[in-house]
Amino acid sequence: MNNFFIILFHTYLSKLKTKSFLVTTIITVVLMLALTNMTNIIYFFNKDSEADKIAVVDETGQLFAPLKEQMKAINEELFVEKYDGNAEEAIKDVEEGEYKGILELSLNSEKLPAASYKAMTIADSTIPADLQAALQQLKMVMASTQSNIAPEELEKLYAPVEFEKTALEKDAKTEEELNQARGLVYVLLFIIYFAVIMYGNMIAMEVATEKSSRVMEILISSVSPVKQMFAKILGIGLLSLTQLAVLLSVGYVSIKRNLETMEGGFFEFFGFGNVAASTIVYAVVFFILGYFLYATIAAFLGSLVSRIEDVQQMITPMTMLVVAGFMMAMFGLGQPDAPFIKYTSFIPFFTPMLMFLRVGMLNIPFWEIALSIGILVATIVLLAVFGARVYRGGVLMYGKSNSFKDIKKALQLTKNE
Amino acid sequence: MALKLDNVTKRFGEFTAVDRLSLNIPEKEMFGFLGANGAGKTTTFRMILGLLDASEGKVTWDGKPINYDTSSIIGYLPEERGLYPKLKVRDQIVYLARLRGMQKQAAIKELDYWLSRFKVPEYADKKVEELSKGNQQKIQFIAAVLHKPKLLILDEPFSGLDPVNVEQLKEAVIDLKNAGTTIVFASHRMEHVEEMCEHICIMHKGSPVVHGSLKEIKRSFGKKNLVIHADFDTAFLKDYPGVTRAKQTTEGIHLQIVGEHIAEDILMQIVGKGFIRKFVLEEPSLNDIFIEKVGDSYE
Repeated sequence: MNNFFIILFHTYLSKLKTKSFLVTTIITVVLMLALTNMTNIIYFFNKDSEADKIAVVDETGQLFAPLKEQMKAINEELFVEKYDGNAEEAIKDVEEGEYKGILELSLNSEKLPAASYKAMTIADSTIPADLQAALQQLKMVMASTQSNIAPEELEKLYAPVEFEKTALEKDAKTEEELNQARGLVYVLLFIIYFAVIMYGNMIAMEVATEKSSRVMEILISSVSPVKQMFAKILGIGLLSLTQLAVLLSVGYVSIKRNLETMEGGFFEFFGFGNVAASTIVYAVVFFILGYFLYATIAAFLGSLVSRIEDVQQMITPMTMLVVAGFMMAMFGLGQPDAPFIKYTSFIPFFTPMLMFLRVGMLNIPFWEIALSIGILVATIVLLAVFGARVYRGGVLMYGKSNSFKDIKKALQLTKNE
Repeated sequence: MALKLDNVTKRFGEFTAVDRLSLNIPEKEMFGFLGANGAGKTTTFRMILGLLDASEGKVTWDGKPINYDTSSIIGYLPEERGLYPKLKVRDQIVYLARLRGMQKQAAIKELDYWLSRFKVPEYADKKVEELSKGNQQKIQFIAAVLHKPKLLILDEPFSGLDPVNVEQLKEAVIDLKNAGTTIVFASHRMEHVEEMCEHICIMHKGSPVVHGSLKEIKRSFGKKNLVIHADFDTAFLKDYPGVTRAKQTTEGIHLQIVGEHIAEDILMQIVGKGFIRKFVLEEPSLNDIFIEKVGDSYE
């Protein structure tokens, strides 16, 4: 087998078998399952506990019935029960655990409902909030009756204003589509961001480990450093695709299975219901290009350090670039058509995130996408050629220095004169 | 089939690491490559291996340039030892051997042979970081020779080993040489070079200062060593004409003299002064030659 593939598969398989890789993958899968099954998990813990009962001490005798009516509409799980004793007895029952809390109802001087809620703790804010909401409704009805406002008029008063947004541009995304795209783009941006940082780190560490353990000298006497560098980048790339494939397929299956329970919830907001195929294709394209861009930088930066401890320091500027790109992308989610985002999306270091954001959220002419990909690919090629030369010299340099001046030194080593 | 360095020069910016070095190392020979620290040995090795390009001149093996296409015929044991600390011995030896063009099964077979030869077959499934430094060195040596290279470069192969292991490794090196491997051998241990090499080259500040057959070098060096152990004070011999170097010891004196006739004169001088327990005239050692050629310029 060709040396290139020997290194590629050695890198891939030996990384695949490391404990840290397996543990990270398993933890992420578990988190993913937990997230997609959130409704089931909450239901599982709640199904045994009885519905919360609230004792209502109604001094007026006329508020309980309408309150119960309102409660049904607001929260079916919360039962209000008329309590026949006085407040002290009710408190005793709460202390014994019979009721979750007691609600004392009265009328104030203006003949409007007033209430006080007592429970062992008020850490659970949802119960008093629901009760308050129900009473608010009740109060509104009573107040309007007092002022002789007809229910129809009241309805008119509270009806929301009619407001419709329409995009005039041809093919522009509708609001619904935009919301879906935003969620998906958000998630994919996160994946690109984490993958670039994580696998970039992995490559730099890998190179630095080989250098600091001095196995590098033997490796590069068998295989050219350039071949070795690209085999390594591709090996780790394969690893990243494997990990993502596992995570995404687990996530996909899990979401598909839980889709009914999630309707209208969190996941619909994120646009998983119907995903545009082109968005996914662009996500893959920009992910791969972004990976190559940063992997090349990481590899040659890693080749400049002699000790593993110096790796983080060396790749900090690269990490900064990724973080900056991600920050801009987060800003751009709200305003994808800002000129700022438009221009920066052509800077190759930010293209993978920003151009993907624009592709996902807007309808931009194809030439813009093609141009940005062109610039990105050209940058990757340039960096690869430059990086390979630095790498070739860098792996032979030992010493405590680890600054960017070393790039010059490394280039000098590979020069013929 | 020979390794040829033709007027090879390597400059790093202003600094000249190797200056017009020409060597001709015939096939099946063990060649001693000596030099003080920083003399340009490692740079020369890196140029032979193709890791660095020569600024001038060229390196050829069998008339052809050495590059990555020829990596399967070259074995290299670098001075700075390095293996993957977390990898099992078998996995990494097989990996490195495959990079040198060996098949996996053949590499495993060969590894088993070498491990049992070094009496450590149980190391195959151990991680390198679990082994002692000396044993790591054996593994490193195996990595360099496993693929049966035609040209083997050994940079300080015996440093840090105990005498038993040195013997084991030395024997292995000699076997390889007898089997037809051309070996370039760098060491600071002069007695090893003296014992094993026919031809040597001493590098100093990038240029060869001594180069040729060891016997020839010794003969043309001319100077001899004279060891005298006597009961009387021998210190006055320091200033005797023809003595180039003198070192007082507890039992007498070690002299370096320009020729055999000086020894005769000295013997005449000291006979009758007292009891002489030892009077030996010795050939110069490589150590003496090295110190003479390289050490003087330190002063």
